[in-house]
Amino acid sequence: MNAPESSSEESSEQEAGRDPSTLDPGTAEELEQERAREATGPVGDAAPDTASRLAKALHQTMSSPWTVSVGAVVLAIVAGSIMIAFTDEEVKAASAYFFARPADTFVALGQAIGGAYAALFRGSVVNLQAPDLLTAIRPFTETLNYATPLIAAGLGVALAFRAGLFNIGGQGQMLVAAAAAGWVGFGVSGVPFPLHLLMALVAGIAAGALWAGLAGLLKARTGAHEVIVTIMLNYVAFYLISYLLATPGLLQAPGSSNPKTPPTAETAQLPPLIGDRFNLHWGFVLALLAVVFVWWLLSRSSAGFAFRAVGENPRAARVAGIDTGRATVSSMLVAGGLVGLAGASQVLGGVTTGFSSDIDAGIGFDAITVALLGGSNPWGVLAAGILFGAFKAGGSTMQASQGIPSDIVLVVQSLIVLFIAAPPLIRAIFRLPDPNRRRTSKKKTKATRARKEAAA
Amino acid sequence: MSADQRTAQLDAPLSETTRTVTLVSWKSAGVLLAVTALYALLLLAVPHSGDTRFLLSQRGDFFQIPVIVLPAAPLAWACGAVMLAATAFVVLRTARGSRTPLWVVAVFAFAGLTGFLAWAGAGSPRDLSVVGLLGGAVLWSVPFVYGALGGVIGERAGVVNIAIEAQLLGAAFTAGIVSSVTDSALLGLAAAVLAGALVSLVLGLFAITYHVNQVIVGVVLNVLVVGLTSFLYSQVLQDDAATLNSTTRFSSIPIPVLSDIPVLGPVLFDQPLLIYLMFLAVPAVWYALNRTRWGLRLRAVGEHPKAADTVGIDVVRTRYNAVLVAGAVAGLGGAFYTTVYLSQFGENMTGGAGYIALAAVIFGKWDPVRAAFAGLLFGFASNLQNVLSVVGSPVPSQFMLMVPYVVTLLAVAGLVGRSRPPAASGEPYIKG
Repeated sequence: MNAPESSSEESSEQEAGRDPSTLDPGTAEELEQERAREATGPVGDAAPDTASRLAKALHQTMSSPWTVSVGAVVLAIVAGSIMIAFTDEEVKAASAYFFARPADTFVALGQAIGGAYAALFRGSVVNLQAPDLLTAIRPFTETLNYATPLIAAGLGVALAFRAGLFNIGGQGQMLVAAAAAGWVGFGVSGVPFPLHLLMALVAGIAAGALWAGLAGLLKARTGAHEVIVTIMLNYVAFYLISYLLATPGLLQAPGSSNPKTPPTAETAQLPPLIGDRFNLHWGFVLALLAVVFVWWLLSRSSAGFAFRAVGENPRAARVAGIDTGRATVSSMLVAGGLVGLAGASQVLGGVTTGFSSDIDAGIGFDAITVALLGGSNPWGVLAAGILFGAFKAGGSTMQASQGIPSDIVLVVQSLIVLFIAAPPLIRAIFRLPDPNRRRTSKKKTKATRARKEAAA
Repeated sequence: MSADQRTAQLDAPLSETTRTVTLVSWKSAGVLLAVTALYALLLLAVPHSGDTRFLLSQRGDFFQIPVIVLPAAPLAWACGAVMLAATAFVVLRTARGSRTPLWVVAVFAFAGLTGFLAWAGAGSPRDLSVVGLLGGAVLWSVPFVYGALGGVIGERAGVVNIAIEAQLLGAAFTAGIVSSVTDSALLGLAAAVLAGALVSLVLGLFAITYHVNQVIVGVVLNVLVVGLTSFLYSQVLQDDAATLNSTTRFSSIPIPVLSDIPVLGPVLFDQPLLIYLMFLAVPAVWYALNRTRWGLRLRAVGEHPKAADTVGIDVVRTRYNAVLVAGAVAGLGGAFYTTVYLSQFGENMTGGAGYIALAAVIFGKWDPVRAAFAGLLFGFASNLQNVLSVVGSPVPSQFMLMVPYVVTLLAVAGLVGRSRPPAASGEPYIKG
């Protein structure tokens, strides 16, 4: 089904195959059955040898990285529930007479927490209360819609990470990209639909790329730390866009005194992907293409190899003949282009009625979390972007229907990332076995022991 | 160009002549020249006539200095001449193979700033308050300086502290509640210190004990604290703002005699307690890091944890210790928001100050005193807009606001250059 699970099963088979006491070589079929039974839970009437095999399989499942991920999500949701429980008005009211009627408190708790997560689900995956199918799947399209810029910008941050650069400049890159794409989007007229859209997209991507490339150039040429440079460029971009938005004849809508642009022209808008009833637009497809592109770039191209080499060990890369300065600049250019795609998709697909200087909507910073959760891997970023998109979509529904501030979503999101990054903690909490302990390799056990000593 | 020269020198055979070669970079000269050119361009492109009124004293000061009215254009050009002279001096020094002294850069910056202000305030009927400009800068730099000190302590021990933002925000929130409930700014400050240390404890737990990538933990903690405080703000604080979110603030304590000094008195010696504490904290952190056993061990752990471990220093413990202190110091900066600046907590009120503090850490090359000055520079930048909006600036205000960040960019690119973090910064220590 999914790659890590199958690979761990394969390894178990190999390991079991080496050990004749636990596995008869000819009973692969039986093993399959055992696995199926194990998946449904422990079976009481198992024979002793089956039991030991079962224990082993269980051990395998419990120590798999996916179990840890599930544990992390469960833990984060529990933490969110606690926050809701402690702040809900009805729970507070019921707990005032807890000792008189404890049941009331629990009912209120259940309603508050259940209601919140039901709303989160209803707003992000599927609305089961909807009258027809199209309305029912609307929440998921909203999730994908929110995910679009997160995926694109997350890819930009992830790519920079792989090249050893910390791109905190997502905000600035998105702003300049949005300004460029928006300017082409409403300023140019008389160009037919696909061409106009293409021009606006290219303008946005190029602007983002140049803005980030500037940071890369400064880093490569002068050694200026990219963290400072990208943060400073955020401010510069913000004030630059503020100026452009407040100046008639530049980005400001004619006849208006608000710092807001005119709406994007019809011919430059990303068309709806699955019909006019949904907000989802072709930007999502572009984000998917970007995922494939980054995957290709990182794992199949020589430029990507140079990026990764510089990211892993710049000194070794230089010795091996890689031009590290060039890799730094070009990786920032590509990263900026990806963040630029996020900015362009915001103004060409998300907010087409004209935008102001908050068009980045914090996505530049969210992208860092997306990239980290995705392990700086394009497919991981895709999954993380959709997950965070779901949280954003569900969070607003939760706020609207249950009155729970959507900020709780930030807490749950960040806890998930934290817990996933610390498998030993999850194992300790859920008393899961440590996969490293099973391996007999001397080095590994030593490392585990050392880690424990360091932790003590 | 300079990079090419450097590699050329490195590639050259190691003969007697190359041994004595000193590496000279033309970068600083280039940047100074560029800034001077930009400055002259500004004066030429947008000429300004009229007088600039520099206000050096406030009403009620012991010494009253009359408003200094200077013709703007000559002053601005005179400052430009000083900048040019400083640049020429640097060019000559570089040609002779010696480094750019810091005082020249300081003179250059002072002249540039004075000229810029003269030009900006030209023709304005309002007074340009120098005290307001500098005093506000000191006030605004508080979260940056404390945050940068926290960042320096953490990184010198080998733990990248990106969670400064979280420490500031968490501390601002806690200080706000505690000082509202107890009506005591001091208790609020104590709570802020604890809150900063608490965020640090989480950072330490994940980064030190569980070896999670420190950048990940830092970034995620920032998001976590924004979410947590915003959630509690709308769910709890807003319902009962009168008791929970109306803080008691520190009032300014003028130091007798010293506060009567013209200009510097009100800027430095008529401030709330938190700012005096900051004046003490900067040298204290420097002393602690560089002159105490604690600091030596801390730096050893940050540069080469294995060596430190070999000589019997408990790496994990030292790092926890450093991170907790760092969080506590950053927490002091967070208290600024709710016990000095405003009397209520607002959602995400730190607004990225922690990231600026992080920039100050790197700008200051991981040295507490330099980082504090970098923080002061950013404080000045934040305050500039207030002063210029009073005077009414000739160029669009957005460009004025951009200037400090552009200058920082140039400074980082030209004057600071390649900054070297502590060797083991960001590396989890796994024994064995």
